[in-house]
Amino acid sequence: MCGIAGVIYKQGTSRVGRDMALMLQAMKHRGPDSTGYALYGESTDLLVMRFKLADPHQAGDFSYTERLARSRREVESRLAKIGATVDRVEGESEYAYRATFRYDGELKPLADYVEDVAGVEVLSLGHSLEIVKDLGDAETVSRQYRLDSFGGTHAIGHVRMATESDVDIAGAHPYWAYPFSDVAVVHNGQLTNYHQWRRRLERLGHRFQSECDSEIIAVYLAQRMADGLPLEAAMKQSLEELDGVFTYLVVTEDALGMAKDEMAAKPLVLYEGEDMVAMASEEGSIRAVVDREIDTYDPYEGEVMVWSR
Amino acid sequence: MEPVTDAPVDPATTGGSGRYDVRGLAEPDATAPKTAVISGDSAELDAAELSTRQINLELRRLLSTEGVTDVTLLNPRARHSIAVGLLLRCRLRIEGSLGYFAFGLIDGPEVHLTGRVGWSAAENMMSGVVVVDKNAGSLTGAALRGGDVVVRGHVGARTGIDQKGGTIIVGGNAGSMTGFMMQRGRQIICGDVGPGMGDSMYDGAIYVAGKVASLGVDCVEAEMTPDDDELIDRKFRIYGMERPGSFRKFVCGRKLWNYDSLEPNERKLVL
Repeated sequence: MCGIAGVIYKQGTSRVGRDMALMLQAMKHRGPDSTGYALYGESTDLLVMRFKLADPHQAGDFSYTERLARSRREVESRLAKIGATVDRVEGESEYAYRATFRYDGELKPLADYVEDVAGVEVLSLGHSLEIVKDLGDAETVSRQYRLDSFGGTHAIGHVRMATESDVDIAGAHPYWAYPFSDVAVVHNGQLTNYHQWRRRLERLGHRFQSECDSEIIAVYLAQRMADGLPLEAAMKQSLEELDGVFTYLVVTEDALGMAKDEMAAKPLVLYEGEDMVAMASEEGSIRAVVDREIDTYDPYEGEVMVWSR
Repeated sequence: MEPVTDAPVDPATTGGSGRYDVRGLAEPDATAPKTAVISGDSAELDAAELSTRQINLELRRLLSTEGVTDVTLLNPRARHSIAVGLLLRCRLRIEGSLGYFAFGLIDGPEVHLTGRVGWSAAENMMSGVVVVDKNAGSLTGAALRGGDVVVRGHVGARTGIDQKGGTIIVGGNAGSMTGFMMQRGRQIICGDVGPGMGDSMYDGAIYVAGKVASLGVDCVEAEMTPDDDELIDRKFRIYGMERPGSFRKFVCGRKLWNYDSLEPNERKLVL
């Protein structure tokens, strides 16, 4: 079933990590398998990369820690080799890290080079986008990655009930639009022309980390934007070109958008307040951050909306 | 109030995710919290700190054993499945918004909700009245059997899907596939309706004052009769709503009615 949520503040930054955790925890019953956050912090001239070295530790894997230490050193040395000046690398767990660095080149060669290290996946890359996803409910993931104090301007999040692919970090949303800077998507639904689009995008040179249909939407939209379409136009075109039932949220460095397919089969409730716009699969999720009676509505079939900060 | 959970949880955000029994039923040991303030035959219940199941148990206690006929529910906090399965005549006023599946399967109550309601409100309602002051989600009045469902704001998609009776009145717009597979009953929609209206409807009527994006399979426009106008007038008078100028009526085209024709193997048997 899955639950999706998004929030964008109209005036400056707020405690977006805390708010998104509250919204997602209120929808735990929609998906207890894994939780993911795409958060936009302060934009700097440094690039920020979230990556994982492996999935959480499995019993019986005796060389896990050693292997991860090796992988981490390898990632750092590869970043240096490709010309990035690493500012810092820090991690809340032994398998997931956040690196900030200075780098002027193309993102794809860098991300490809880093992912070439066995087991490594780049979760997000950009000037302000940070994707954090792991197994467990929203509170568990928020506590593990210390998201409570994360300040930022907008975010999307996802609680997952796995139906089409495995329960692991690669199958968790949000998806970064590899290798496009600062674009991410969460999605509730199923795409029926997934393989068609995957082949099309692969022919353009894109790589896909997961078997999840939602990953297509992120790369599809970012590719359309790279081709010159504004975000809203790219989303409108996606309604024509993606088949299936879906409600998805997309975020870029300065905007948040929602799109609903022509069947309107997947829910979304919208709240447009004075200081924030919040949306979620259920009103209860919005009420977790706006604890008063509010006016909300469901967008209709085929609707596309975009808010900029 | 009796504790129903082992760990402290916020009933508003978890929908009362306390203990589950082996069948997966929520809070099997929950009892009515007895926190409502009763005065005569009316009562006021503050739901802020109660779980969904406690709210419903308390409503049932008030209405069926305390002889209360008029309940006001405060702070529902957009929770799901509130006031379901109430099978008696009563008045229920809910101040605030509700989540999914509100008022499902009710038979008799007169409900007034001052806020908004989520998907599948008044699903399979048998009789009574539900008035929603703001918007409603998709599948409003799904499989409705009788009574009136009035939404003063907009409704989502598939309003009155599989409707088998009763009347759905919408002050605003309605989404796609409104009246899908409707079998009986009426819908009165003041605003615009999305694509595929009345798709595969068997019977019943949909009255629309605004624009219709497109008609579904086998839905056709019919002529308004004085009886139709009188019905609409009466309903608007009852609910104090302003009647838009003119309505168009849509019914089943009966092209898909094949009830009398036999399947090839059945025909063989008959001959």
